[in-house]
Amino acid sequence: MNSIEKISPLKISDGVSRRTLLSGGLAGGFLLAFHLPVRAAINEPVQPPDVTDGKFAPNAFIRIDAEGVTTLVMPQVEMGQGIYTAISMILTEELDADWSKVTLQHAPANEQLYGNPIFVIQATGGSTSVRAFWKPLREAGASARAMLVQAAAAQWQVDPASCTTSKGEVAHKESGRTLPYGALAQAASSLTPPKDIQLKDPKDFVYIGQPLKRLDTPDKVNGKAIYGIDAMLPDMKFATLAQSPVFGGKVGKVDDSAAKKIPGVQKIVVLDDLVAVVGDHMWAAKKGLDALKIEWNEGPNAKINSKAVWDDLRAASEKDGVVAKSTGDIAKGLASGEKFEASFELPFLAHATMEPLNATVHCKSDSCEIWTGTQIMARVQSEAAKAAGLPVEKVIVNNHLLGGGFGRKLEPDMVVAAVRIARQVDGPVKVVWTREEDIQHDIYRPVYRDTIAASLSGGKIVGWKYKISGAAILARWLPPAFEKGIDIDAVDSAVDVPYDIPNFHVEYVRAEPPAIPTGFWRGVGANNNVFAVECFMDELARKAGKDPVEFRRGMLANRPRFLSVLNLAAEKANWGQPLPARVGRGVCLQPSFGSFIATVVEAEVDEQGEIKLRRVTSVVDTGIAVNPDTIMAQVEGGLIFGLTAALYGEVTIDKGRVQQSNFHDYRMLRIDQAPKIEVHVVKSGEAPGGIGETGTTAGPPALRNAIYAVTGVPLRRLPIDRSLLAAGKKA
Amino acid sequence: MATTLTINGEPKSFGAPPDMPLLWVLRDILGMTGTKFGCGIAQCGACTVHIDGKPVRSCVLPVGAVRDRNVTTIEGVGASAAGAKVQKAWLDLEVIQCGYCQSGQIMSAAALLASTPNPDDSDIDAAMAGNICRCGTYVRIREAIKQAATGRQS
Repeated sequence: MNSIEKISPLKISDGVSRRTLLSGGLAGGFLLAFHLPVRAAINEPVQPPDVTDGKFAPNAFIRIDAEGVTTLVMPQVEMGQGIYTAISMILTEELDADWSKVTLQHAPANEQLYGNPIFVIQATGGSTSVRAFWKPLREAGASARAMLVQAAAAQWQVDPASCTTSKGEVAHKESGRTLPYGALAQAASSLTPPKDIQLKDPKDFVYIGQPLKRLDTPDKVNGKAIYGIDAMLPDMKFATLAQSPVFGGKVGKVDDSAAKKIPGVQKIVVLDDLVAVVGDHMWAAKKGLDALKIEWNEGPNAKINSKAVWDDLRAASEKDGVVAKSTGDIAKGLASGEKFEASFELPFLAHATMEPLNATVHCKSDSCEIWTGTQIMARVQSEAAKAAGLPVEKVIVNNHLLGGGFGRKLEPDMVVAAVRIARQVDGPVKVVWTREEDIQHDIYRPVYRDTIAASLSGGKIVGWKYKISGAAILARWLPPAFEKGIDIDAVDSAVDVPYDIPNFHVEYVRAEPPAIPTGFWRGVGANNNVFAVECFMDELARKAGKDPVEFRRGMLANRPRFLSVLNLAAEKANWGQPLPARVGRGVCLQPSFGSFIATVVEAEVDEQGEIKLRRVTSVVDTGIAVNPDTIMAQVEGGLIFGLTAALYGEVTIDKGRVQQSNFHDYRMLRIDQAPKIEVHVVKSGEAPGGIGETGTTAGPPALRNAIYAVTGVPLRRLPIDRSLLAAGKKA
Repeated sequence: MATTLTINGEPKSFGAPPDMPLLWVLRDILGMTGTKFGCGIAQCGACTVHIDGKPVRSCVLPVGAVRDRNVTTIEGVGASAAGAKVQKAWLDLEVIQCGYCQSGQIMSAAALLASTPNPDDSDIDAAMAGNICRCGTYVRIREAIKQAATGRQS
């Protein structure tokens, strides 16, 4: 029976931290993608395993005990994307373990052991997990398997090459002998990992490529799964907090006389920028918070509103940017055909993970222990240590399943706030944000403005000048990745459009909105660029007098993987076949996250401009599909996430405050509005691509293009403004 | 003041103010964390439980209003035929992603099947539109409800 241990018993101080990675494991070629310095620690040579209790622990990811229990340590966090299952499949494949006996553990905070090779920090995001860990996990599994084989061969005094492995056993066919991995654990633990690791030929894969059942879901149907918000400790108190409604504001006067009278309220914690009420349960804490009279020193940001944000961004977007890519001769290209221009704008967005932000913290004089669900284990540990005034090794972080991440939990602020509160509380305290606090104190997907100039000649694009203006999230979040004024996330899917365009030029203007914190949001930079590029493609197709799919095909002669998914999506979506009145199809083709995806949305726009999503078809070539069912699920869900933003998503600012607060005014797409979705996963032998964010980037432009097909209105802002779409409106 | 409620068929006694929403009694006093907090204003359905078999948003239900009616939570819904069928269909069709909303989804779906054994699409829309899933599992939720209703195997 598979299980996920509820709260990781692996602590920073145990043997795990003293072992290091397989040689060459995490220092794979992926780093080159981001041009980051490889830290010496990651290149340390293999050290012999130091476990002496008979447990075989050849690397950071695999533990096999004498009973054969195989524990896999998860270097990436599970927030719904199915990565625990995918990681386990990759390890199990090369280890030849028994899938039915695999047990999973959340990894502890340890950047050296569990750092994501693409980011070089212990982070889960950017649709990188399988791409980043594909090779190191295969090598970890294969290396461990070779050691178990070597141990068996030594015992039997046979050539290791004459042994085979399957389902947690080594076999010697000639003599008919077998030994389970558990019986070999002790002997294998004294062996040195092989220098040359033999990986399986993909044609011999047993698990990879199969739609195996997820390992995390059985406990999610019966209430047993434990998320960060479910942490329960003896003598725990419960708290909720209020931060300044104006960004950057400070606490002024607090009148707590009414709050203190509420039964169950234990303590009011007043810090310079937040107030928390600690109680016997969340209800007491919440009632206590509502009863507080807090005067805030709002500061200069109280003047900020959405109009000012957009005025600033539009002004910034008029400037020249830093050149991110330039091929051919853009001036000549733009002059050599009929020229068209447009600009596209995307709003601030909140993440609204279903699990509101939370962290449970127990601060003692010389240590601090944290229970939460985060996408950045080690950074949470180090930021918590700073907030607690402790050395980092005195902070233990217990990670949990995440009730959604979407980039929000790539930030440590909710943990830092909880630590600061917990320092004022005796014993453990669970700090849970209300939904209102969660929406109004998010770290928002930034506003973006993209300007495009393109020229058409002979039905093709001959010049393409594209300029992105928006925040540089990487400059704050991963400074080494921000080089020469270019945020490589902000230009993702803009510098690598699917199409052959002879004169091609991309610029980036860093434009930070005032006071409003910005961060990663599912789909990251690609969200912005795929939207603008694919919307304008449809406008250009119309100018060229061509069908949108045909127009794109004309620029894909040298792009077989793109052409193939586009053709299949068109076929599966019945592209070109008749539709009822006021129903249209729109297409999107995107290069994002190392995958090749074509999507067709079929939507109806009624006489009033209301939109009904009818059907979405996506075709995905993501290379080797580790678990095809998970990939389908991620695209299905990602599409809904993106379509939700296109239809409803906008955070607006007035008087320095976020105007939305909960699901009544920050709306979500619901089941009665959800379209039929078909996802087709193309069989491929190429290296795996990323998948978790691809549907999110695909949905909005494909929907917008369907609306364009019906109405002729070229929407250039999200969320979709229905008032522009009512019958009789002209483009 | 001690209150006693019947939860998943068992009596549970605890002290709580009568205006305290059932959600926080379940989670913070009784430690039954399967029922989730999502919005606090009955907009998302993550906190759905059954009161005498009917789906109710426990985040806005004062515990004092429950009285002698039976409370069923995600921890106990598998004991009913409809609940067990829904749980099985959810796993067979691999509905779940992050899973945080799914306690509420399963409670709403189980109540639907108990009252409407063969729901059509509009029945499903009406019963499930109060449950938000941020991971976007709606397509599979719809399919799983139909499978649970017919007993068809995937």
